[in-house]
Amino acid sequence: MNGHSKKRPTKLRLDYELIESLVADGAKVLDLGCGDGQLLADLIEQKGCQGRGIEIDEEATLQCIQRGVPVYHGDMLEGMSFYRDGQFDVVILSQTLQQTMDPPKVIHEMLRVGRRAIISFPNFGHWLVRVQLLLGGRMPHNRLLPYHWYNTPNVHFCTVKDFREFCERQKLGREEIFLSARYQRLSALLANWRAGTAIFQIERGEPLAPPAPGKPGG
Amino acid sequence: MGACFARYHNVSIDDEVPISDESRLGGRESVGLVQTQTFTFAAPPGELELECGQKLGPITLAYETCGELSAARDNAVLICHALSGDAHVAGYHAPDDRKPGWWDLFIGPGKAIDTTKYFVICSNIIGGCKGSTGPSSVNPATGRPWGLKFPMVTISDMVRAEAALLDHLGIERLLTVTGGSMGGFQALEWAVRYPERVASAIPIATAARLSAQGIAFNEVGRQAIMADPNWQGGDYDGKQGPLSGLAIARMIGHITYLSDEQMHAKFGRRLQDRERFGYGFATEFEVESYLRYQGDSFVRRFDANSYLYITKSMDYFDLPARCGSLVEAFENVRAEFLVVSISSDWLFPTYQSKEIVKALKANGIPTTFVELDSPYGHDAFFLPNERLSATIAGFLANVLRRGRERAGRGSANP
Repeated sequence: MNGHSKKRPTKLRLDYELIESLVADGAKVLDLGCGDGQLLADLIEQKGCQGRGIEIDEEATLQCIQRGVPVYHGDMLEGMSFYRDGQFDVVILSQTLQQTMDPPKVIHEMLRVGRRAIISFPNFGHWLVRVQLLLGGRMPHNRLLPYHWYNTPNVHFCTVKDFREFCERQKLGREEIFLSARYQRLSALLANWRAGTAIFQIERGEPLAPPAPGKPGG
Repeated sequence: MGACFARYHNVSIDDEVPISDESRLGGRESVGLVQTQTFTFAAPPGELELECGQKLGPITLAYETCGELSAARDNAVLICHALSGDAHVAGYHAPDDRKPGWWDLFIGPGKAIDTTKYFVICSNIIGGCKGSTGPSSVNPATGRPWGLKFPMVTISDMVRAEAALLDHLGIERLLTVTGGSMGGFQALEWAVRYPERVASAIPIATAARLSAQGIAFNEVGRQAIMADPNWQGGDYDGKQGPLSGLAIARMIGHITYLSDEQMHAKFGRRLQDRERFGYGFATEFEVESYLRYQGDSFVRRFDANSYLYITKSMDYFDLPARCGSLVEAFENVRAEFLVVSISSDWLFPTYQSKEIVKALKANGIPTTFVELDSPYGHDAFFLPNERLSATIAGFLANVLRRGRERAGRGSANP
């Protein structure tokens, strides 16, 4: 199954706020693994967005409904398959890429139903991760990666460098934003060592253009 | 027979749902006493032209309401019942009623459909036998019950009759229309047929068309009725009627409403009131006893010809075929949707709800989909379910809030 998302802490992560700032007013937004629907509710409320969510957890789905966020309870690939090409301006995947069974397929679908994808993920190249494995000889376990090897939902980790290479091979235009392990905004300098979280905005082909209104989302 | 089924009075699915103290008459979550009312329309020459081409009129609908219609008339909720349901959706008819209306678990002050906020309407479908015009009603042309001379009615016809009732009640637009199973057919039909009159729809455990499997079970039920010598071609008025045929039809139905897991949990292979096999054909297993009880109690409250007509109306329901495709069927839909399926439902499996969701999403219609994790099979929506209650309550509250915000903006900026 794809997209085992955990409930996300409300407004705790800066990447939430950053993602919000990346979405244009009135945009048609699909949030994959939308959790309790907080991000979408904010986008709907504050930016007049047309928000839709996909969430596999039944309890979190209920919270979306109570917030008034239209949500599809189920697998994200299946949920996306119901949409027409280009139905969204933006498709968001926050901190969940590493939990999907088939990341290339997920990204491909995101860029089919949406014109732009915003993907945030924990950077496995962060120095603390490297040190824990290199010197400690154990699987990294820290504030970024709070799981043990036996209970982690993460199955496809990557580093900033890995994801850049992926984008290049797939010929995807990208914009990068980096956050420290304490969610402070970072420069791109030595990002693969310093970034705890990376946020990539990607599009097919050419470099990113300013967002424009799209077709209605469903 | 009664004695050997006595144990089951506390466990069967639709008859014996536990009633909380709050939901008893006088309890703070009960709508209290309700009365069935009737509305008659389509008197000749203004008969309703049915989908089959025949005309029907006058038509009487039995209906009940609870809660109060708001001044803006924006809080009306139409509940559509399933195959064997009726207008008595919540509350009690009399102080000594053993049980409340069929969806009382979800309707009342503080419940999922909160009658302090919403005005609830439920009518018996045409073709039914609970006060609305159906095959057991008197044919004005002959002065005798219609029997099989009653014209075939479809889900569309039922919904058009419901629309006439809403006109009569002065309700232009529904906050929501909801129903499970065949009630879900009506909810979908409403959203498609009257896009301007439906702000939201909540189809539960349903489909956009009845599957071959569903038609098959319906046909076996009908054959059981029609093979009963007491059916007499449908002309059994004043006589006993096809009681054993109808009971068998109900037994078959009940199998499809449960799940393998639940049958195992509830009955297993346990024997009823005996220690060992009798090596005969008396009722021995608990599951047999349960089905016999369901069949026997059903014939006391339901008309066999109505069973034939209503199951047939389900068989005919096919939105995609009627409109070219389901995506096209939903092209003009204006309502937002909450689609609910039940994980263990094999009569209306989840994939059939997903087909609805897919076609809605392809049309850009705001759609929420929830698959309820429940072991109880198709009939789970008749059982207590906190999650279903909270889901419906949350969805409705937001539909009402948004509708009122829009109306407020509309009046501020005419």
